[in-house]
Amino acid sequence: MLEIKDLHASINGKEILKGINLNVRPGEVHAIMGPNGAGKSTMSNVLVGHPKYEVTKGTVTFNGKDLLEMAPETRSHEGLFLSFQYPVEIPGVSMVNFMRAAMNERRKYQGLEPLKAGEFLKLMREKRAFVEMDSKLVNRAVNEGFSGGEKKRNEIFQMAMLEPKLSILDETDSGLDIDALRIVADGVNKLKTPDTSTIVITHYQRLLDYIKPDVIHVLYDGRIVKSAGPELALELEEKGYDWITKEK
Amino acid sequence: MNVAQQYIDLYEDQKGVITTHSSGVMNAPRELALESFVQQGIPTKGLERYRYTDLSHVFDIEYGVNLKTLLPNYNPYNDFSCDVDDIESSLHFLVNGVYQGASETPNLPDGMLVGSLRKLTEEYPEKFAPYYNKLAGEKNDPMACFNTAFAQDGLLVYVPRGVEYTEVLQLISLFRSQVDMLINRRLLIILEDQASMKMLLCDHVDNDITYLSTQTIEIYLGKGARLEMYDLEETHNETSRINNVYVQQEADSSFLMNGTTLHNGLSRNDIYVDMIGEGADVLLSGMVIADKKQHIDNHTFIRHAVPNCTSHELFKYILDNQAIGAFSGRVLVERDAQKTLSEQSNKNICLTKSARMYTQPQLEIYADDVKCSHGATVGQLDDQALFYMQQRGIPAKEARMLLMFAFVDDVINTIRIPVLQERLRKLVEQRLRGETNKCTGCALCGGRTCNK
Repeated sequence: MLEIKDLHASINGKEILKGINLNVRPGEVHAIMGPNGAGKSTMSNVLVGHPKYEVTKGTVTFNGKDLLEMAPETRSHEGLFLSFQYPVEIPGVSMVNFMRAAMNERRKYQGLEPLKAGEFLKLMREKRAFVEMDSKLVNRAVNEGFSGGEKKRNEIFQMAMLEPKLSILDETDSGLDIDALRIVADGVNKLKTPDTSTIVITHYQRLLDYIKPDVIHVLYDGRIVKSAGPELALELEEKGYDWITKEK
Repeated sequence: MNVAQQYIDLYEDQKGVITTHSSGVMNAPRELALESFVQQGIPTKGLERYRYTDLSHVFDIEYGVNLKTLLPNYNPYNDFSCDVDDIESSLHFLVNGVYQGASETPNLPDGMLVGSLRKLTEEYPEKFAPYYNKLAGEKNDPMACFNTAFAQDGLLVYVPRGVEYTEVLQLISLFRSQVDMLINRRLLIILEDQASMKMLLCDHVDNDITYLSTQTIEIYLGKGARLEMYDLEETHNETSRINNVYVQQEADSSFLMNGTTLHNGLSRNDIYVDMIGEGADVLLSGMVIADKKQHIDNHTFIRHAVPNCTSHELFKYILDNQAIGAFSGRVLVERDAQKTLSEQSNKNICLTKSARMYTQPQLEIYADDVKCSHGATVGQLDDQALFYMQQRGIPAKEARMLLMFAFVDDVINTIRIPVLQERLRKLVEQRLRGETNKCTGCALCGGRTCNK
């Protein structure tokens, strides 16, 4: 599904990613862990096409297509979704208008007619119930005045609406209490199908108790320095990152 | 030659024609007004109040004038078939500043008068002479003086004590000429105690001629009177408008003025509100969407002369290309005006590096028990929000549209007529999408102009 080869990227001339190689197949859950500043968020931002980052070398193919050539919205239409570490507040733009625009733009890309108002609202209700999101939130402006937990839940709600092929969860656990964490993780698990994949970026092993990864990668200084099965998370929790970086 | 001189000469040469085609009430203050204009001249940037808008170049064009107040051989009713289904409205026309009548005989409550300022002041001179040019004359602004010297007609609205007029009175001011033209028009609006009404003013141009219009509006609100006024300027890039509005509010009166500038060349809106009775309330709101070299200057002055009055101001501008916007909001709270509540907000987005916004809040407070606030920002669209929307599949162009639309939505929400809100939303959306690049007629009333 996703194939990253020797990916280098920089911001303001400073190289952050120094040769990432990663292969994600359909149905797989990959976790990416690593200390602060290792390049985890840079990697997710580069994949979704954030204009601040410059790719200097390497290739990324997504379902056989050159991902790096696509505009951010096209990447979304192709099925790439990022759950933001810090979801953005958009005052004045209602959740309903925002989601309707997003859904219909995707349908346009797929050559489908826009959803009828009734169909759309029904879908909103279903998906909202699915992630146990308060109905009051969907009547407000996007993320405006939402608590940290509500913002993250809103990300999963949007994910449920857009049904992506590959979801990247960037530090979805940050700022969540244990109940919210469970609900968000439940949502992610319920949305998983044998055809969809997930990349979970996290600092802590905690989230991986709820979202079980197939593979864990350790990102350090812009490279993946270790990949192993789920047991690696426990080892990292116990020993920290030092032993791996020293091993290098 | 001094730019003002050609107008002074015009007045001296044509004095007889001007006065013959107007009323005694309107003629009475002409000489003094001209004298004051001669002394002050056309405002340039040297004058503090006009520091962002130099008017000399818009006057430095040879305009035609219509001093014989002729009406063109044209029937505006053909173009303006009012189709605002859900608004009970009566439609009145000014063509080149001359009152041309209503779309149908207005069904007015007893004692209420609506019609030609010239005719009604001829008919009821004693009734209206005390009002005409009282507020404007006191302020002595050079542009209002110019208007007083030259204006020969316009609209008069008189709502007697206790009358609540429920229809929306719509005034379409249409500019139509074969040569570049100067148009001077005048509105006098009097609401006696407890009277109320809603007005919609629309400025439209009919062709690609260069127009300069001056307009002076005087508004008297008696005790407990309520007026909502919605003003839409949708002309074209060759139209300049100088608009002076003077409002006097007695106790417990309420005034709302919402101004929207979508297409214009250069506009200066000077709004002066004097609150002289306790418990009065004013809301001034405005929205500007401008591109190319459009220039819009909203200049407001609210005077709290007595205790317990409230004033709110909300102005938002979106400026593209080389557009220039200016806002100044002066609030004067006199020593006796305790318990004043005054809020002012001016937020602006410059979409390009060459767009310019000048914002100037000015609070002058002499009372000690008041609550006054102001805020002004000039910024760009939020990049993070744009990217967030793109990640969800909304193309950059559409995302910008949604953000701009959201930005001005609270200004549209100050409109208290729901149908009008919806109409304006549609109009703003079309404007932001660039579907209209100049006046395409009155989208509010279904008319069409500007066939070129």
